[in-house]
Order: sequence, then C-alpha cells, then structure tokens
Amino acid sequence: MNRALVFGVLVLAVAFPLAMRSLDQVYYVTMASRFLIYALAATSLNLVLGYGGMISFGHAAFVGAGAYTASVMIVEGLPSAWLAWPLAMAVSGLLALAIGAISLRTRGVYFIMITLAFAQMIYYLTISMKAYGGDEGLTLTQRATVGFGLDLKDDITFYYVVLAILVAAVYLISRLVDARFGRVIQAIRENETRMEAIGYPAFRYKLAAFALAGALGGLAGALLANQNSYVNPGILHWTESGKLMIMVILGGVGQLYGGIIGAIGLLGLEELLANHKIGWLAAIYPNYQQHSLLAVGLALLAVVLYAPQGIAGLFSRRGRK
Amino acid sequence: MTGPLLEIEGLQKHFGGVVATDQVSLGVMRGEIHALIGPNGAGKTTLIAQISGSLAPDAGRILFGGADITRQPQHTRVAGGLARSYQITSIFKRFSVTQNLALAVQARSGTSFRFWQPVARETALEDEARAIAAQVGLGERVDAIAGSLAHAEQRSLEVGLALATNPKLLLLDEPMAGMGPDESQRMIGLIQALREKVSVLLVEHDMDAVFRLADRISVLVNGAIIATGTPDEIRVNPEVKRAYLGDEVSA
Ligand SMILES: Nc1ncnc2c1ncn2[C@@H]1O[C@H](COP(=O)(O)OP(=O)(O)OP(=O)(O)O)[C@@H](O)[C@H]1O
Ligand SMILES: [Mg+2]
Repeated sequence: MNRALVFGVLVLAVAFPLAMRSLDQVYYVTMASRFLIYALAATSLNLVLGYGGMISFGHAAFVGAGAYTASVMIVEGLPSAWLAWPLAMAVSGLLALAIGAISLRTRGVYFIMITLAFAQMIYYLTISMKAYGGDEGLTLTQRATVGFGLDLKDDITFYYVVLAILVAAVYLISRLVDARFGRVIQAIRENETRMEAIGYPAFRYKLAAFALAGALGGLAGALLANQNSYVNPGILHWTESGKLMIMVILGGVGQLYGGIIGAIGLLGLEELLANHKIGWLAAIYPNYQQHSLLAVGLALLAVVLYAPQGIAGLFSRRGRK
Repeated sequence: MTGPLLEIEGLQKHFGGVVATDQVSLGVMRGEIHALIGPNGAGKTTLIAQISGSLAPDAGRILFGGADITRQPQHTRVAGGLARSYQITSIFKRFSVTQNLALAVQARSGTSFRFWQPVARETALEDEARAIAAQVGLGERVDAIAGSLAHAEQRSLEVGLALATNPKLLLLDEPMAGMGPDESQRMIGLIQALREKVSVLLVEHDMDAVFRLADRISVLVNGAIIATGTPDEIRVNPEVKRAYLGDEVSA
C-alpha cells in the first residue's frame, strides 16, 4: 500500500485520542485500544496463515497463554511490563513451538483439526487452573507498570503504548517478509515439495514462523488482559481462533495490513450493529441487532467472492495500476 | 577420482500390491550420462523419488560418493550435490524467473534464518540466478513471472532450478516432455554442455535424445532393470526390443 496513505492513517491514529479527549469521548479510546490489540493478534496470525500458508485454527491458544502469563505475573506481584510481556511472548512462543512441532507434520484438514484440538486442550487447562480463577477468570487489581513516568491506568497512555507496539510489530513483519526468511516461507506456501527438492528443510522454517507468530500473539494477549484488567478462559475458546481467522480473511490473507484492516473492520462492524441503532436498517428489518453474525457472514461472503485478496488487496491493486 | 558416484543396491518399493521398484541395482559413474528408459508406469519416477530422498524405499541401499545416504533427508542430499527435476513441472509460479533461481542459490549460500535485510538487495544471489537463466536459455526472460512463461520455457526453468543447486549428480525426469523439436535440440545441447561438470541420470522417452547423449543406458520394466549397457548394446538387445523399444529404434 501507498506510503502516503499509511503515513496519513498513522497521523490520524496518533491524533485520535487527543480529539476524543477534547470531545470528552474517552470511551472511544478504550475501544480503539481493543481494536488495535486485535489488529496485532490478527497480524501475527497472518504471518502463519497468510505468508506461510499454514491454516492454524488454534491461534487463540497463544493469545490466551500470553494473557494468562501477564495476568498471573500481576496477581503474583510482579507487574513490570518489561518482565511480564517478554515472558508472555516466551511462554506463547514455546507453546507454539511445541504444538507446531507436532502439528506441522500433518497437512491440510489434519493440520486445521490438530491445531484446533491443541488449542481446546489449553482452553480446558485454563478452566482447571482453580488457583487462577478457573472458569470464573481472574480479575487484575492493577495494570502492568512500565516506568518512565507512564501510567497504563490512563487509557490514553495505554492506547499509545498499544499503538507503538503494533507499529513496531508490523514494521518487524514487513522487514521479515522481504528478507531471506520471508521469501522462504512464502515459497514454501507456493510449492513446499520443490523447496525440499532445492535444499530447504521446509519444516524448520514453518516451525520458526509458527513460533514467532505464537509469540506475537502472546504479546497481544498480554495487552488484552491489561486492557480488560481481567482474563478468563473464554479468550482461548475456539470461536476466538475463528474470529481471528475471519479478520485475516476479511482484511487480506498474506497482505501486510490485512490483519489490521480485518480486525478493525470486523470489530467495527460488530460494534456498529450491537450498540448503535441504525435508523434505516431498523426500518427495513427491526430485529437486525439480534442477527449481527449474519451481517458478518455476509461481509465475509462478499470479500471471498469479490475481493479474494481481502480489503487490503483492493488498495494494493489500485495502488499498483 | 573415478568409480561410481551413485550406487544403488537392491532397492525395493511397493505401493500396496504394485511392485514399483523391484530389486534395482544401478551405478552412475563420475562424468557419466546414464539414461534410464522404460515404458509408462515402469517405475522410473518412483526410482528418482527414492534416490532424491522424497520417498523412502522399503529395502535396499543408496550410496552417493561412497557414503550411505539411504536415510538422509532430501535437503541434506541436495546440499551434498544430488538434485532432481520433475516430469510434471514444479516451479514457483508466482515468482519471477530470477526469484525462482535465486531461491535455489540462496539454499546453498549461507543461512536463510535472516529476518532483516531485504533479500532483493542480495545482488550476489541475483547475479548467479541470472547466469543460470542464461545457461538454460531464459536470459531474455529473467523478470517474467514463471507462471506466465510458455510451456517449453517453464520446462527450461524446471531444469534450471535443479541446476541452480550446483549438483554433482542431476536426476532429470523427462526434461524434454512436451517440448517441440527445436526446444528439444536446445535441451540436448544444454545436457551435453553439462557433461564436463555434472553427472546425469536421465529419464527420457525421446529416443533420439537418449541415444545421442547417453554413455550407458539402463532399461526398467515393471520396476526391474532388465538390461544395462552402451547404446549399441541396448539397441540390439533382444529382450529390450521385445519389452520396450520394439521397432522404434531399428526404424
Ligand atoms: N504414490 C503412489 N501410490 C501408489 N502407486 C503409485 C504411486 N506412485 C506411483 N505408483 C505406481 O507405481 C508404478 C510406477 O509409477 P512411475 O510413476 O514411477 O512410472 P514411470 O516409469 O515414471 O512412468 P511414466 O513414464 O508414465 O512417467 C505405476 O504403476 C504407478 O501407478
Ligand atoms: Mg514418470
């Protein structure tokens, strides 16, 4: 996508909380933080699903593992983000390494099912962790601390921290996909058999991408737990994995900004349908708010039919011609 | 150093009831072009798959440069100098010709666990890729997307990919499949030119090419080698005539 457009969007994202504060609408800043965290989670999934062609149906497990790690650290009295968030990434990354080491030996539908099965196992594991709330979940008495005079309890500060992490992560991925490693995983997506035949141990590269995506998902989870000051096993449920997949497909599989666009698109649509009465729509169809999933399904169908590269693909196609 | 570069001993492979490789023993000398011929379904591709390491044999041994590689994974064999091409074109269709070949060069030029520097700026990879493109007759098409190439050009890229791994032994599975006469002549010229540096195990149905190129020929029928010899010996071998060549060569 066009650099000027990206820069413009970034300026808007930086200005957004200031505008909301002057309008006394800080609620929207909190909402935007949540969107950006999901954008990070979806972007991390896009690394495996989009660039690597691995249809992982268990990404919520890594998000959830990161969320629980960060939460447990706070509950146990170690709230420093500098400690807790890297640890969340490490836990999720290692979990992804273990799950990937087994799952990546399978192909196609088997891979989808086995990642799903592992994620559900982790989900039930969190339910059984009675010391940390079990199925009730865990309420955090505070948000993580970062020092430098920044207070994450302030929603605007928290927003900027999330935005900075998202920008850093997207920049990292943009470098990675154009580097040797990125070319290799994209070539494996295209033709794994031939990659083996020209001398690449495809499994290792796929596993590395899978673990890296897991770690970034864990970071998103850590942010999400802090944002909500609460975590429960629901964050690991398979529907959450499905939601992340929908975001990626909606936004653009294998497109750098696909995860961001998809997350904001999907959550924005949900928000719009659930919390704001749309007059003309209600006039045609009074019950529409009870069927918001239908709208999501229709949006997804439209994308699959008319924009197989997702919404981001529409932009890049226009940009190139 | 002389002596066999590749030695296969008692190789055996079956798919359910079908014996695809039946006690195959075969040697390829250093500097040799060894043709492997036989009717459709004889097991030629299956044999290539086992030598290259994508298919595990049920029994038998494969020695390469004297070392037992029977249990080596494919990528290790490639690094050791054993590369194959495919009968059914298997290239990276959405990548350019240069990117295709650069991938194969990259595989043998240091680690690919590099996450920061753009690979497009590694001119050494690109230069080598372009040289190989020129070698296989794609010098004018380096920036074309592989999927948009004409059939014969894709076949050239197919062989180029194997060549770009810098092999000691090339396993070519019907490199001329679907090529016109002019293009076949070019491919014959290319293989001829390789003979200085690379040994070749050549599977091919084009008998003109086989008899022009091969130092020795092995004939595979129903998974088993029924004869190995010089082109002249194979031409007159009665069993080979009956099982495969028929009037094709005497004509
Ligand atoms: N993966 C497989 N599963 C089951 N049977 C197979 C498999 N691959 C090959 N075969 C069978 O093994 C036999 C040998 O096949 P192969 O492809 O090696 O023959 P070929 O000599 O390369 O033929 P062609 O000249 O048509 O390319 C055939 O009977 C084929 O049907
Ligand atoms: Mg074959």
